[in-house]
Amino acid sequence: MAVLTPQRPAPGSGAPERESRRLGFSQRLGRWDVKLSPYLYISPFFILFAVTGLFPLAYTAYVSVHDWSLLGGQGEFVGLQNFSDVLAQPTFWKSLGNTLSIFVLSSVPQVIIAITIAALLDQNLRSATFWRMGVLIPYVVAPVAVSMIFGRLFADQYGLINSMLGVIGMDPIAWHGDRLASHVAIASIVNYRWVGYNALIFLAAMQAVPRELYEAAVIDGAGRVRQFFSITVPQIRATIIFVVITSTIGGLQIFDEVRMFDATGLGGPDRNWMTTVLYLYDVAWGNQHSLGRASAVAWMLFLLIVLIGVVNFLITRQISTSGAKSRPKRKSITRGNA
Amino acid sequence: MLSSTRPTRRVAARTLQATAGAAVFALALTACGGGSDEGSAEEDGPITLKVATFNDFGYTDEMLAEYTKEHPNVTVEHVKAATTDDARSNMTTKLAAGGEGLADIEAIEVDWLPELSQYPDLFTDLADPELDGRWVDWKVQQATTADGKIIGYGTDIGPEAICYRADLFEEAGLPTDREEVAELLGGEDSTWEDYFAAGRDFVKESDAAWYDSSAGTFQGMINQLPAAFEDPETGEAKDLGDNADVKAIYDEIVGSVDDDLSAGLEQWGDDWVAGFQNDAFATMLCPAWMTGPIEQNSGGIEGWDVADVFPGGGGNWGGSFLTVPASGAHTEAAKELAAWLTAPEQQTKAFETSGTFPSQIEAQESEAVQGFTNEFFNDAPVGQIFSTRAQAIEGAPYKGAHYFAIRDEVTNALNRVDITKSQDAEESWNEAVEKAAALG
Repeated sequence: MAVLTPQRPAPGSGAPERESRRLGFSQRLGRWDVKLSPYLYISPFFILFAVTGLFPLAYTAYVSVHDWSLLGGQGEFVGLQNFSDVLAQPTFWKSLGNTLSIFVLSSVPQVIIAITIAALLDQNLRSATFWRMGVLIPYVVAPVAVSMIFGRLFADQYGLINSMLGVIGMDPIAWHGDRLASHVAIASIVNYRWVGYNALIFLAAMQAVPRELYEAAVIDGAGRVRQFFSITVPQIRATIIFVVITSTIGGLQIFDEVRMFDATGLGGPDRNWMTTVLYLYDVAWGNQHSLGRASAVAWMLFLLIVLIGVVNFLITRQISTSGAKSRPKRKSITRGNA
Repeated sequence: MLSSTRPTRRVAARTLQATAGAAVFALALTACGGGSDEGSAEEDGPITLKVATFNDFGYTDEMLAEYTKEHPNVTVEHVKAATTDDARSNMTTKLAAGGEGLADIEAIEVDWLPELSQYPDLFTDLADPELDGRWVDWKVQQATTADGKIIGYGTDIGPEAICYRADLFEEAGLPTDREEVAELLGGEDSTWEDYFAAGRDFVKESDAAWYDSSAGTFQGMINQLPAAFEDPETGEAKDLGDNADVKAIYDEIVGSVDDDLSAGLEQWGDDWVAGFQNDAFATMLCPAWMTGPIEQNSGGIEGWDVADVFPGGGGNWGGSFLTVPASGAHTEAAKELAAWLTAPEQQTKAFETSGTFPSQIEAQESEAVQGFTNEFFNDAPVGQIFSTRAQAIEGAPYKGAHYFAIRDEVTNALNRVDITKSQDAEESWNEAVEKAAALG
């Protein structure tokens, strides 16, 4: 088709009108086909994204500058009033601290445990599929169900964990009273659910590592641990970056687990485990009934995630470029994920 | 959603407007037996009415089929949400979206009223002189908006009594018989002082605590203040720091926590549920519907009983209404169905199927309710007890738009002292005052 392009008749040439136009149209059609088709093929994603992602994002911004109550609907334009209201509420700042603390307590152990489990699963195991599916089971269980089970474990007075601590003569831990203890409890619920999922992603990456590298390492006399740190980890760096970024985004949006952590579901009387997303929910559907303020929270959370994402990206890019040079393919994956 | 994420139910109400209300109810017609008036405005063509409820209202398929038999052109479709939370977010979202997709009759809980009655235009006015006197007066007041519109027909109520563990009472050397226990707690004019004093005697002799949760007890006490947190005239929030009535209640409860009267449990939490099995507490404020959860949580425990007494006068906790959203296509027919469903006959049947205590005077006096005993509660005549308790309720307290926000702050303050023990009483109160001020 491209070959035909130069033949497009110049205006005013002697050729019969009708024929030239038909030729021109089919040529144009061909050109459109070449130029537009790829965009059309990928357009469903972008159209969906525009409808379900971009539009809500923009509309949230619109709501956030208005007085907007849950039932009353749109009120007056108030500028940045909602933002300053939210920033003035101590609970917002507390929720940010909680979010970061729970995020660190969940993401860091999560990645470390997941990569360890993946390394174990990467060995020659009998009935490997069984074990691999086994680690995924917690992911299949609904988060609310997981939270209810862990609620029984972490109950202050009659919980299983505190009862066991009592048996070995230790003082019970105030899972709902102490701020850090509550974060550890919630992080363990998150980890329980996500470790297996991340382990499988790591495992997939590990299986793509050329086996010759290990053979060469064995010949050089490297032990299992040395192989893990010197071959496996550098080889799956791109995947590590991917997992770190997705778990960062997930970690900053923890909701179900904290919502289910006690009966009231609003982070306890001290708001000790109220995450920012839960705070957002409370602002909109709780006593404040203010969708305007909630939208302001949503936007600030969005900016925070972007900020942390960028920091993440810069740090991990540093790691990925400081390693071996021959990984053009993976670099492109990195960029795609970030 | 306030703090009612679990089946927590709370009392709410709308303006008392004492004089106007009294005048209206003075006109109350005593006769209001039959519900269905065949001749009223109804389209001729066949219509389907959708009724949306939650939990268990006791509206059986047979009951709804009966309505269709009386009104051959009306088919009734019943949609049940599993929890009040689901029902509430569904309803508020659809109301905010202009009413698209709402059922013709939407059930609401009394807690939602302070919010919903700010938007009376979203609902059909259900006032009907023929129905005057059907309900206890304060139930109607709760659903009456500031401009005099009635937005809901009452279904059930939660008159409060005291539930107690007779076996734990016996171990501690207290009387166990329900009449004697009622006397022990002060009888007819029982006060909160009587209740806590009995508790102090009890905990000296027992490992168990006196009551389950300070927040639950607070809820019972605060409901007896006619206007706890707001000025009924203006609807403005009072300054919590200067609110002597609330502070007095707070101090009384905190004092009882210091004396180990509280089991330090959060109602509906895992520890609370486990507490029933672990003899954690001996008494509970007990609205009629609470007998269900107590029985469910106390499998294998014997000794629960109900005493016909409530400190500080009567008290109501929870209860629901049927509303007719104004956006519906058949509001007249829906109004008629709502009136029929909340008629004494139907509510008596609902009580028999699901134990929802009727708000209709005639239903309360019916044989079925009066003669009802609860086997689990040592065959206590609960129908009779809760009827007496319902009559002791003097009115519905004023709850405006700020009510739940401020109340939740005080509840949080109590929980900081009682459950997490993270602050002492003064510190915690000051934080509540500060946060309540920041809400404004």
